[in-house]
Amino acid sequence: MNRLATAFAIATVLGFATQVASAQTLKAVKDRGGLLCGANGQLAGFGMPDPQGNWTGFDVDFCRAIAAAIFDDPSKVKFVPLTAANRFTALQSGEVDVLSRNTTWTMSRDTQLGIDFAAVNYYDGQGFMVHKALKVASALELNDASVCVQQGTTTELNLADYFRSNHMSLKPVTFATLDEALKAYDSGRCDAFTTDSSGLYGSRLLLSNPSDNIVLPEIISKEPLSPAVRQGDDAWQDVVRWTHQAMVNAEELGVNKANVDEQKSSTNPEIRRLLGAEGQFGESLGLTNDWAARIIKAVGNYGESFERNVGQGSPLKITRGLNALWTKGGLQYGLPIR
Amino acid sequence: MSDVARASPRLPPHRERRGLNAGRLVLQAALLAVVAGLIGAAGYNAAQNLAKAHIAHGFGFWNNTAGFDISQTLIAYSSSTSTFGHAFWVGLLNTLLVAGVGIVLATILGFVIGIARLSRNWLVARLAGGYVEVIRNIPLLLQILFWYNAVLKGLPEMRGSIALPFGGFLNNRGLFLPKPVFAPDFDAVVIAFAVGVIAAIGWRIWAKRYQARTGAQMPIVLPALAVIFVLPFAVFVVAGKPLTFGIPDMGRFNIRGGLEILPEFAALLFALTVYTAAFIAEVVRAGVLAVPAGQIEAAQALGLRAGTTLRLVVVPQAMRVIVPPLTSQYLNLIKNSSLAVAIGYPDLVQVFAGSVLNITGQAVEVIAITMAVYLGISLVTSLLMNLYGRTVVVVER
Repeated sequence: MNRLATAFAIATVLGFATQVASAQTLKAVKDRGGLLCGANGQLAGFGMPDPQGNWTGFDVDFCRAIAAAIFDDPSKVKFVPLTAANRFTALQSGEVDVLSRNTTWTMSRDTQLGIDFAAVNYYDGQGFMVHKALKVASALELNDASVCVQQGTTTELNLADYFRSNHMSLKPVTFATLDEALKAYDSGRCDAFTTDSSGLYGSRLLLSNPSDNIVLPEIISKEPLSPAVRQGDDAWQDVVRWTHQAMVNAEELGVNKANVDEQKSSTNPEIRRLLGAEGQFGESLGLTNDWAARIIKAVGNYGESFERNVGQGSPLKITRGLNALWTKGGLQYGLPIR
Repeated sequence: MSDVARASPRLPPHRERRGLNAGRLVLQAALLAVVAGLIGAAGYNAAQNLAKAHIAHGFGFWNNTAGFDISQTLIAYSSSTSTFGHAFWVGLLNTLLVAGVGIVLATILGFVIGIARLSRNWLVARLAGGYVEVIRNIPLLLQILFWYNAVLKGLPEMRGSIALPFGGFLNNRGLFLPKPVFAPDFDAVVIAFAVGVIAAIGWRIWAKRYQARTGAQMPIVLPALAVIFVLPFAVFVVAGKPLTFGIPDMGRFNIRGGLEILPEFAALLFALTVYTAAFIAEVVRAGVLAVPAGQIEAAQALGLRAGTTLRLVVVPQAMRVIVPPLTSQYLNLIKNSSLAVAIGYPDLVQVFAGSVLNITGQAVEVIAITMAVYLGISLVTSLLMNLYGRTVVVVER
């Protein structure tokens, strides 16, 4: 009962401590010599250890980017696998420094949990996956269907809302982890499986017969996924936010892992500011001026990280879609580094 | 009677003479005040720190709309209109249901296995012993997962449901039975049943007193059964059979109508029953072995058969040794039911300390309420068991 233990730990700490530590995270991370990153552990493409035990994924890359910015070493990260149930208590209690775990940015989470979201690094939406044998072509035909879902997520709420607003009746089967929900769907306990659309493609690969399952076309919700930090620590939030902005700006400017070294001597003022040849932007964050160059050297720019983990260079083959750059019709818009 | 063990739960005589005095009262009151003060200070401190960290606190979330669906609800519940408070009650009722049924079944199975282990039949005793040794040593979570996966994998899918007599279905989504629909006139049948039960109990009391007075045995079982079942049935027929059944029928995805028993419920129930029965079996065996051999020899000398000896002589005396550890096993079962989280059965922990906690983010309040509820259930159970225990204590003459 990991979540029970964590919650009890918070209660004890909050009960007898007179001050909750805040505004110290960057210093604490530097002193510790490593970043504590809350990750998923079960989501292919986003955060999962490979058979050799090395963590890979889109969210994992993000934490490595932060570690590279601070330490110039993307391996100075310790990944803490968290379930949907205990991810927020782990962040609130200080067990992790940043939560990079495909978490949706919602108002209630922003205002009621004492956490802040840094930047949307993946625009997602909720979808359904059904067994092909059911011959279902649209989510609107799922009246009276059993749906496997992970509990404690926006998925659970959106599912109930969607079925209610379309006057369909729902038989939910909720599980504590995505793994169990997927296994139950695979064994035929449920007709459909629902989670964020990116998660559907990743989860489909883990089924016993991936080609016997289809993803329905409907996207029933907005799921802007964003890394989260504790509230009250603006300096740390800036570090996390601008790590993402650096990666997007790098893609906009054409700076990638291969050419970052030679781009340092570029004449383009935007590239010069990004890579630290001009200005003291890194130091204003509490890092070194070549912070962005370190990030790109370690994990590449936004597009490279996307394609490698969830895009065409991965088994998931998700298209950029909403996550393309704003200049290509998507929503990823790098805030100016100046 | 020197070989009769002392069973009185009262304190030894010398302790009773000390009694209460002002000094000890003041000391205990002061200690109580200190503990209450510590708890109050911790609660106040927690509220202050939560406010400083901008984490929502307080119990206002109780009346907010829940927004999520629950797969098994014993009371009316809707995701759009029910509150988190309603979700709490749904979870609590589910926990009480599985715990209640589990306690009844585990006790029956445990008694059977425990007494079987003491049987003179070598095979029966060894089988019972094997059951206890194996089941006791496998963690409950693994057993729950085994039952869930065995139940699921063993049953056919929805399309190939096993059709049961009277229109039921059995598949890996659950057991679907015709749902009884009670017309208003059915109340008369319920009242008749209650009257029948009271009459049967009354008859038994009177028959026992008559036997004590005159020595003549009156038949008990048959008249009792007659009045418990025949009387309500007669009322049922006279009232025009006010009972219809909603037949489950196969829809496109699921079976509609009918009474639905979830596989999660069945798996959790079987696992809890089998696991706790192994422990209860050992408790029962200990109790039976604690009855002095002289009692059994005396019963045999009187010419009582083995079954009657067991029922009238051994088990009543064994009960005073069985009841306290049996209470512990019941409390274990109630708390172990929280492992429902692993297989998706919507019990209190899964619904309240799982979904509600994650949606509201108020871990401290939710976990505190959950712990208080489990504490309350456990205290009530042990209170009832202790009250029962007093009735089976051997009264010293």
